[in-house]
Amino acid sequence: MSSQLDLRNTARVGLLAGVITLGVSAVGMLESFDKRDLIIGLLTLGQLLLFSAPFAAGFLVTRGEDKVDTGEAVVGGAVAGALTAVPLIALILLTLAAPNIRNSLVNVSPELISLLSLGASEIVGSLLLLVGMAVLGVAGAMFHVLPDAIRKPLISGLGWMLGFAILSEVSLNILRPILGRGLMRALFGTKGITPLLAAIIFVVAIGLTIWWSKGGQQRYEDRKAAMSEEQRKQSRRISIGVGIVSLLILPIILGTYLTEVVDNVGLFILMGLGLNIVVGFAGLLDLGYVAFFAIGAYVMGILTSQGDLGIAGMSFWLALPIAVGAAVLAGVTLGIPVLRMRGDYLAIVTLGFGEIIRVLATSDLLKPYIGGAQGILQIGKPTIFGFEMVKPIHFYYLILAGVGLAVFVASRLRDARLGRQWMALREDEDVAEAMGIHLVSTKLLAFGIGAAFSGLAGAIFSARLSSIFPHSFNLLISINVLSLIIVGGIGSLPGVVVGALVLVGLPELLREFAEYRMLLYGALLIAMMIARPEGLWPSPITKREFHAAEEEEALGGVQ
Amino acid sequence: MALLEVNDIHTYYGNIHALKGISLTVEKGEIVSLIGGNGAGKTTTLRTISGLITPRSGGVAFDGADISQYRAHQLVSKGIAMVPEGRGVFARLSVTENLNMGAYHRNDKDGIAEDLEKVFQIFPRLKERRTQVAGTLSGGEQQMLATGRALMSRPDLLLMDEPSMGLAPVLVEATFETIETINKEGTTILLVEQNAHMALQVADRGYVLQTGEIVLSNTAKELQRDPTVQKAYLGIE
Ligand SMILES: Nc1ncnc2c1ncn2[C@@H]1O[C@H](COP(=O)(O)OP(=O)(O)OP(=O)(O)O)[C@@H](O)[C@H]1O
Ligand SMILES: [Mg+2]
Repeated sequence: MSSQLDLRNTARVGLLAGVITLGVSAVGMLESFDKRDLIIGLLTLGQLLLFSAPFAAGFLVTRGEDKVDTGEAVVGGAVAGALTAVPLIALILLTLAAPNIRNSLVNVSPELISLLSLGASEIVGSLLLLVGMAVLGVAGAMFHVLPDAIRKPLISGLGWMLGFAILSEVSLNILRPILGRGLMRALFGTKGITPLLAAIIFVVAIGLTIWWSKGGQQRYEDRKAAMSEEQRKQSRRISIGVGIVSLLILPIILGTYLTEVVDNVGLFILMGLGLNIVVGFAGLLDLGYVAFFAIGAYVMGILTSQGDLGIAGMSFWLALPIAVGAAVLAGVTLGIPVLRMRGDYLAIVTLGFGEIIRVLATSDLLKPYIGGAQGILQIGKPTIFGFEMVKPIHFYYLILAGVGLAVFVASRLRDARLGRQWMALREDEDVAEAMGIHLVSTKLLAFGIGAAFSGLAGAIFSARLSSIFPHSFNLLISINVLSLIIVGGIGSLPGVVVGALVLVGLPELLREFAEYRMLLYGALLIAMMIARPEGLWPSPITKREFHAAEEEEALGGVQ
Repeated sequence: MALLEVNDIHTYYGNIHALKGISLTVEKGEIVSLIGGNGAGKTTTLRTISGLITPRSGGVAFDGADISQYRAHQLVSKGIAMVPEGRGVFARLSVTENLNMGAYHRNDKDGIAEDLEKVFQIFPRLKERRTQVAGTLSGGEQQMLATGRALMSRPDLLLMDEPSMGLAPVLVEATFETIETINKEGTTILLVEQNAHMALQVADRGYVLQTGEIVLSNTAKELQRDPTVQKAYLGIE
């Protein structure tokens, strides 16, 4: 049954998209994104942002309807798209009526207006924008009407093309040594890809998707089904082997700069894995997690520094277990007073703990020992068989080993008795207690092990940078780590990796927009909580929890 | 030697003297009922036995060994399991996950699978709903699940706190039938109930608790005939 198109909803969605785009323009984001080419001469990141608004509005208008007929989609999409343009047109016309608007809205520059009016004059541009956005709205709405056979290839074509364009820096780095100079020129610009490469990717992605749906997938699955147990094991071993080898050669392919980015992501993965034990496995909301990172870093600093503050001149490897041990000790020490606390109270106390550590690090009180705001300098580098690790690629392997160890430990613990105790604790503390689960040791082990991973990350961080300052250990780190767990999927190990790539890796690649980082961050978190609250790669339990309602309906259906 | 021997325990909540010298015994293979009104100290007695609260004085002996200073986590592996008051299932976990959680301290995979089948035999209803999330089960099903989960730890002694609370009369009867079944399969049961009528019907012996003290103890049959019990707990004038 086709329901009547809800006009009020359509108007609301369209206007909302328009107002959001207006806001994004007014803070200057649109214009600064416009400086980044995606497809040279055709599309900038700013334009992509601008055009995705009416498209998304159209898409949302018809989403959730059981069956949309073409007429309704066209009307709804056009209305939503056109309404998206309205607030923007109002802005354009406002600049005509009040040319000195820039005094109060500093970001409303001629460039922004020219971007909004698609390069034409204000009046003509407004009309163009209206029509263009209406058309995009229709395109968005039609997505539900199109048969799968067209929609899927189209999504994958556009997705791969845009994804490749946004990450062109990575591909450029990887492909530079393989492709010749002339070929590079034909495919890549300094920022972005050429229309030629865009077209190639688009066509290839569409072709592959069609091939896959037209029998490729069937053949693949048939082959897989025909494999014997032994062959299946073998093929799993092979894919694990390929995975390990790729991880090992990754920094060689990526080059120095990107390896540094990956190192950063790796440290966050390490912290994420630790906090995931505390928050994801045991359900204890810890907002002061940066404290253990700081403790690991400072202990490593003091013990290995060759500067004035160094007290032992130890080697990295000797100091490492001490740094991790100190973090564990701090984790357990924090754990004891908060044993009886739950939820909000726990969050507030841990938040305070994180701040206390940072304030102590900055304070004059401890300045003679840990340097106050001047921090600790000349921290020792790790050496292996007399070989000093200095470059990002060296630290890559160190961090990789740390992450590998953390993944191993976390996954083993999750499936062991302790993991089940954590799960019981997370699900219901009272029931867990009645079942005879020792709450004290279960909680303290979560805090302690979680702190260990963070301390390890801190120790490596400190050796990697050679100097540390208290301002590196602010609340934002705790928030970042918590967010990446949530975005990835709380309690899920692959989720931590995905979350770190999205929240730490992606912003590094889009570094020129650092100004808007927190804004985008917030927007992403809000969007995630609405569209995919279980995270990008959720654990089975979280996934089911968020879809329990649907399941019930399904159950009700068969009864 | 009795399986459980509680000897003159005094338990406090801060200054509140909740148990004022409770003594009771449970023999191997018995069902023993502990009845009493609201606030009499029934739950407190079970919590003290299972090690969730430590008595200030007095002794608890299980299988001949003193356990009064043991904590709950040490007692689960010794063979004492509790079905808490108000059911208490893990609402977001599935039925099977809840049951497996009951065996959290065990490592014998085969034994656990065997016990899971056994629980499903006792509660076929749970088997039907094994993938359902526990929070969406009916009250009666949740009671079955809480009981099944306790059985998954393979207890010698099962402590049950008001299993019939809030259930419809038909379900109450079914609940007590399963209690008898579980007992026949070899689990000793100490049952706390306000529903004295049913509790005394399935039990071998019973104790009556009033404001932290045992005021009566006898075989269940005798208690059912006792005029004070009839008046206070069975509603017979
Ligand atoms: N955590 C606690 N703190 C303080 N007092 C408590 C606590 N728990 C129980 N009490 C008190 O101890 C006494 C015995 O309580 P208990 O829960 O054992 O009663 P009960 O016999 O189980 O009652 P009901 O049938 O209502 O469950 C009551 O007076 C109660 O108020
Ligand atoms: Mg009670």
